[in-house]
This record gives sequence, C-alpha cells and structure tokens, in this order.
Amino acid sequence: MCLGVPGEIREIDGTEAVADFWGVERRVRLDVVGDAVEVGDYILNHAGFAIRKIPEREVEETMAIYESLFGDDVDEALDEIGAPRGADIDLGGEQGDAEAEAEADAAVPGDTDGD
Amino acid sequence: MATEADDLKFRDPEAAQELAADIETQMERIDDPVEIMHVCGSHEQVIAKFGLRSMLPSDLSVTMGPGCPVCVTNMPEVDEAVALAEAGTTVATYGDMFRVPGTVKSLADAKAEGAAVEVVYSASEAVEYAAAHPDEDVVFFATGFETTAAPTAAVLQADPPENFYVLSAHKYVPPAMEVVAEMPDTDVDAFLAAGHAATITGYGLFEEFVDEYDTPVVVGGFEPLDVLYGVRRILEFVESGTSGLDNAYPRCVSRDGNEAAMSAIDEVFALTSGEWRGIADIPDANFVLREAYAAHSARRQFDVDPVSGDGDPLTEECICGDIMAGTATPEDCALFGEECTPQNPVGACMVSDEGTCKIRHEYGGHPEL
Repeated sequence: MCLGVPGEIREIDGTEAVADFWGVERRVRLDVVGDAVEVGDYILNHAGFAIRKIPEREVEETMAIYESLFGDDVDEALDEIGAPRGADIDLGGEQGDAEAEAEADAAVPGDTDGD
Repeated sequence: MATEADDLKFRDPEAAQELAADIETQMERIDDPVEIMHVCGSHEQVIAKFGLRSMLPSDLSVTMGPGCPVCVTNMPEVDEAVALAEAGTTVATYGDMFRVPGTVKSLADAKAEGAAVEVVYSASEAVEYAAAHPDEDVVFFATGFETTAAPTAAVLQADPPENFYVLSAHKYVPPAMEVVAEMPDTDVDAFLAAGHAATITGYGLFEEFVDEYDTPVVVGGFEPLDVLYGVRRILEFVESGTSGLDNAYPRCVSRDGNEAAMSAIDEVFALTSGEWRGIADIPDANFVLREAYAAHSARRQFDVDPVSGDGDPLTEECICGDIMAGTATPEDCALFGEECTPQNPVGACMVSDEGTCKIRHEYGGHPEL
C-alpha cells in the first residue's frame, strides 16, 4: 500500500483520467494530485489516485527505477496498479520471461481477489 | 538538500558496494551498535528482496516498525466490518484486508459463509460499485495510512451516492513513531521514514519529532540505493551525535508535501486515540470521519454490534506487536513458518504483503543480492 507507481496520462475528463502503465491502461483519479496535470504528464499512482505529478526532469530516471524494481516480477507490477494478472504488460528488458510468467499465471484459476 | 541522492543510479552494484563500504567505515568510527527503524512495508520488501541486511555490518540493525497498515488494524475493527457484512451490507475492502483475522473470523470467512464482500482496488471502485448497486448498502472498509486516507477523503468530498458508507480504520503514522520512540524496550537510534507517506505529508512534519526526541529522521526512497543512501545519511547524524532531519528522496518528497491531499484529509477526518493492534493505544493516530460526513459514516448510520471472541487460541502466542515495535524478529516467534504461514496466517504480519513476517517468510533472512 505504500508504493506508488508511475504512469503516463493519456486522457483526462475532469478529475478522471486514463494512464498508461507499461502498456496497460488504467483509470486514475486526479482529485488529490495537487498540481495541474495534462495529457503526456507522468504521475505517481497510488491505489487508483495520482498522489504526485512527476516533474519532467525526473521522469526518465523514475521510470528506469521502477522497471528495475519490477523487472523480473510482472505480477508485482500488475498488483500495484490493480490490473488483472495476465494483462499485457511490458516491463522492458525482462519482457520475454515476464510475459511467459504472466501467461503461466493466467492459466491458473483462482486467487484473483485474495491479495 | 541531498543532491547526491539525485545522482544515484538504480542497482548499480559498484555504487551499492561503495555505499556499503562507507557504512562499514562509519560503523567502525561509531564503535557502538546502532539500530535504525523504518516504518514502511515497501522498505522492508526492498531490504529483504535485495538482501541489503547482508551488506550491513553486524552491529548495525535495520528493523521494521509499525509500517504495515493492515497489520496495525485492530482485530475489533475487523470484527466491525465482519458484523456489517453479516448484517446484510456489502463490505468493500482492499485485497490486503480480506484475509486478516478478526477475533472470530475474517472477511474472507464471512464471504465463504454467504456474506457480501467485494475486494476493490481503490476507494473510487467502491464508490462505483455503490452507484451500480443502488439497492445495496455499500460499506467501504477503509484502511491504510495517509496515502490511502487521501483517496478516501477525496471520494467523500465528491458527493458519493447515498448508499455509500465508510468504516474508517485509517491510521496516521507520526504519533506511532513517538510511541515507539518512548517504549522502554525499544532502542531506536534513528528513523528511516517512508517516502510515499511523506509525499503526502511533506517531510517538514518530522521537525518537531526530531527536536522532541533528539532522534535523527531521514526520509528514504524505495530503490536499494535509496535505502543505503538513507542509512549512510543517518549514520552521519549518529556519528556526529546530532539529531537532524534530511530528505534523501527529493524525487518524490517536498518539505510541505501534497497540500491538496493534506487539506482533503483534514477536511474529512479528525484524529482520535485508539489501539494499534499489538502495539499500544496511540493518541491521535486514528482517522475518524468528521460530523459533516456523518451521513456516510458506517459507524453512525448502522448499529454496528460486532460479535467478539477470544480469537484463535494461537494468537495468544503471536508476537506481531513486539515485531512491529522492533523488539522481536519473526524468527523469535515459535509459530513463524510452523503454525503460521502465508497460507494459514495467525497474525496480520503474515497476511499482508507488507507484513514483516510474510516478507521474511518469502525472502528469508539472508537472501541473495
């Protein structure tokens, strides 16, 4: 619950937005982000809410950090953005393994809402 | 401040070794054991996953304090949610809370027996569920620290449907740090504060704590180098015998924090005293809904009368509270990995992905770096 995840804003409708997280689009609320956010900006998403706009100069480094953090663990990244396991997620370098892992996981029924 | 932290590249092994070598030299000069407490499950995950403890000198310990919001949710609070579910409301909650035992049962148990329990990913999903099911009373069992309290506040401010209610178990971390700092058995020399909670609150709020308890606080980020950098910064304070405050996570944390989020929290919630599971009764550390939001307060609108039991007899042996106060480790618990596992958790520390015991169970004490 403490870990925010960065995503790129794709659409905005009032306080509702759609953000792209490594190829997976999720809805994000902008109620408490505290800054003006535009399409193309990156935000730190926390449980469906943007809690910070990431300054442009920090975007590249922030994304690299998260890609490394989740590089070998696609499930963890999916959990952090609340996406269903098996969603098409692209974490860069470890892509091949990650996709295979996600597919393997998607084939196993159950535990979609446990934790 | 802390411009060096800006330059660190993630998981650069050379940089990590350099930081570890610095830390070792610092510890040689300090010549006394040092205990650093962090208060965040995500810090524990990074420390365990990347084996950072194995890089630190043996007289430097980094322990996890009350940093898992699920773990500090008190069993009677779970009982309240279970009672509401069994009384016919639909209880929506975060996945982490679903299997946490109350004194009689968990929400997962209640659901298995036919109660309506929905796992949601966000406060807004709970609101959407309520809007889509106008014939149901939907209670959002809201847990977590400032980072999830702000979203709960935001949905309440945004005129949610009449059938949407909140059962708040939100908690506020800073007072818990004070209680832990005052515990006679706790010997914490410094705190590594949680970066994303500080994204909301700002690091400035720790100034008072640093002055009052004469204990250094460094706000740290979540990559391994962030953590090591934070530790080195803390040891600079310890070595010079000064207390102080530093922000080692300037990428995400400012002095004043996210003022929009803080004002939403402040408008919707008041702080009250209450029990943090296994730790203590902590003054002004529980968020409760203000009177203006009584129409959406589950505690105000329903006659919540939880059945309470004595809990699983094994919980008598569970030492979650001592572990969260930093006075015991999971290995000190007779149940750890035996009667208590992630599949069959006795205490909340083994349920949550942010619980010390679950993380230790998953990664072991000395994992590979």
